[in-house]
Amino acid sequence: MTDSKLSTFDRKDGQLVIAHVLFAFAALLLGGIAGMLQGMVKGGTITLPANIGYYELLTAHGVLMALIFTTYFIVGFLYSGVSQTLGGRLLPLTKRLGWIGYWLMSIGTLIGVVVILLGKASVLYTFYAPMKASPWFYVALALVVIGSWLSGFGIFYQYVQWRKTNKGKLSPLFAFMSVITMLLWQIATIGVAIEVVVQLIPWSFGWVETVNVVLSRTLFWFFGHPLVYFWLLPAYMCWYVIIPKIIGGKIFSDALARMSFVLFLLFSIPVGFHHQLMEPGISHFWKYLQVVLTFMVVIPSLMTAFSLFATFELNGRSKGTKGLFGWVKVLPWKDVRFFAPFMGMLIFIPAGAGGLINASNQMNAVVHNTLWVTGHFHLTVATSVALTFFGIVYWLIPVVTGRVLTPRLNKLGIIQTVIWCVGMFFMSGSMHTVGLLGSPRRTAYSTYDDHPDAIMWIPYHVAMAIGGIILFAGVLLIIYNIIALMRAPKGETEYPIGEVSDASEPTPRFLENWKLWIALTVILIVIAYTIPVIDQINNPTPGSPGYVTW
Amino acid sequence: MHMHRLEKIWLTAGVSMLVVFLLVLGIMTFGRGIAPPNEHIHRIDPTKVSETPPFDKPQITKIGDNVYKAVMVAYAFGYDPIPMEVPAGATVHFEITSSDVVHGFEIPGTNVNVMVTPGEVSHVSHTFDKPGEYLILCNEYCGIAHEMMKTTLVVK
Repeated sequence: MTDSKLSTFDRKDGQLVIAHVLFAFAALLLGGIAGMLQGMVKGGTITLPANIGYYELLTAHGVLMALIFTTYFIVGFLYSGVSQTLGGRLLPLTKRLGWIGYWLMSIGTLIGVVVILLGKASVLYTFYAPMKASPWFYVALALVVIGSWLSGFGIFYQYVQWRKTNKGKLSPLFAFMSVITMLLWQIATIGVAIEVVVQLIPWSFGWVETVNVVLSRTLFWFFGHPLVYFWLLPAYMCWYVIIPKIIGGKIFSDALARMSFVLFLLFSIPVGFHHQLMEPGISHFWKYLQVVLTFMVVIPSLMTAFSLFATFELNGRSKGTKGLFGWVKVLPWKDVRFFAPFMGMLIFIPAGAGGLINASNQMNAVVHNTLWVTGHFHLTVATSVALTFFGIVYWLIPVVTGRVLTPRLNKLGIIQTVIWCVGMFFMSGSMHTVGLLGSPRRTAYSTYDDHPDAIMWIPYHVAMAIGGIILFAGVLLIIYNIIALMRAPKGETEYPIGEVSDASEPTPRFLENWKLWIALTVILIVIAYTIPVIDQINNPTPGSPGYVTW
Repeated sequence: MHMHRLEKIWLTAGVSMLVVFLLVLGIMTFGRGIAPPNEHIHRIDPTKVSETPPFDKPQITKIGDNVYKAVMVAYAFGYDPIPMEVPAGATVHFEITSSDVVHGFEIPGTNVNVMVTPGEVSHVSHTFDKPGEYLILCNEYCGIAHEMMKTTLVVK
């Protein structure tokens, strides 16, 4: 029977997937401990023992959550879907690249965490020069990035081989989206790779005296903004491809889904200046141009919102619901595989609106480097993306380990989702509010010599700490759920890959014209970056020696 | 590529909003000069800040009728000069540079919020209408005592 064969996930591939997922959640646990302690320090409820610094914890929290948890989970998730949709198993070379990538990233993570905990790299996950960390911190980051490249090459290889053996066929939507996500990652990480390898490593080893600070920041943010889309696109993949299957519906349109991913590839990279709006050294024109391009990247998100709710409504209609909102009733609210990602979608609405505010050129002065920004990305990556990833786990672990989700675990998953939303309401809500009042991000407990403005912020910081404690309970519960999923009863779970609605139009072939999309991506990058970067190189800011200020 | 009629309406509405937002930002920036910091106005060797005028003597000076210029140096972990005092209604033109790492320069309750990057000089102006003690703080992580990095501007 072909059906039963398809529903069995290749066990060897499953091991690679599970290795990534478990590593991701170990990072989440460590990062969560750091995060909760930070919240309590900042709220003034505890002081750390003398040998642990607030900024050490903050560096660990940022690196483990934003870089390690996300990257491992994404690679694991994409490999699972590539195995499932591109031939039913990973090709030997793909699997080998996946494992080499895994070990390179793991060695990098290990070195990085040790260096951070030794207090040799309290430079936060943005590591802005001229603060100079131990060279091994930068080497560790380079290993993580190179490892992720190899994993990406594995996906490209499998995709190319599939297209060769399936000439003329449209590639599976999941695989297409995986390729876009990894392509975005490969292009974006070139910026940070140049910064780390050409600028920071030689400088931190002492081979060169000084560093061009403005250029290093530009290279970092060339990477730093597409990074957030690297987190977001896999969540979108779940929303586009997985959720329709879980609710028993169909994908609204294959073509529009692909089009939105192509737009993400085009517009998410040439936008890094919107993180540098408040610094000198870049002219109004180039800042504004990148603000315009930043706003363009809203369009694929608008398309996504339409497609998702169209899927929900069509599904409702096919089940005979009536009225404008009748479809809401037939959504599987009690299924965590739907509920967790759905809450992520819902929260992405205010999160995305906040992003537009941040990118609004001179208006950025109101919120730049305040806790508002921290509140913003705790809604986007730490809620929309994280809840979607949590929702994926409840079927992904059963699929790859040959187990089934039990009703009890499903219920615990729903509870976990609610805890997360409540915790984030307190934490991110307070961050947004107190940020508008001016409270700066990335600061330990301080009353600024009892300045009345700063005293007024304290109650909000306490509310943030309460939110942080609730969220930590959420971290513990998801860790428990993962362990329980690994021990769930044996059985077959189907990989939920959605099918395209019969009513939708066929997908135009130009959407898989990679030469076209890569060329356009490069052209946009060249337009947005060439002149300002040449200016930063030919007309450089005087170099800075390194400083260890922690 | 085929698009549903409702999706066309939805996207038209969404994109129109984006265009309006961008027009407002663009007109403010280029038409009215309400803009974020610009390209290099001037540069400075970050290792020689204490011997490079005007930053060798950080101070606040009167340059016109209730108009002041504040030449400031940000360092780990503070700002020079201290103290600073201006009368109510004064317009202050701040010129700030860093003698070490990247710092921030934020005055809560105002729109003053710029980065202070070593090697560059940041310019920002504000008119202080209400009397009071304005907090100036660093909002870019700069090291172990980052949360202590502050100064005040007294408006009388």
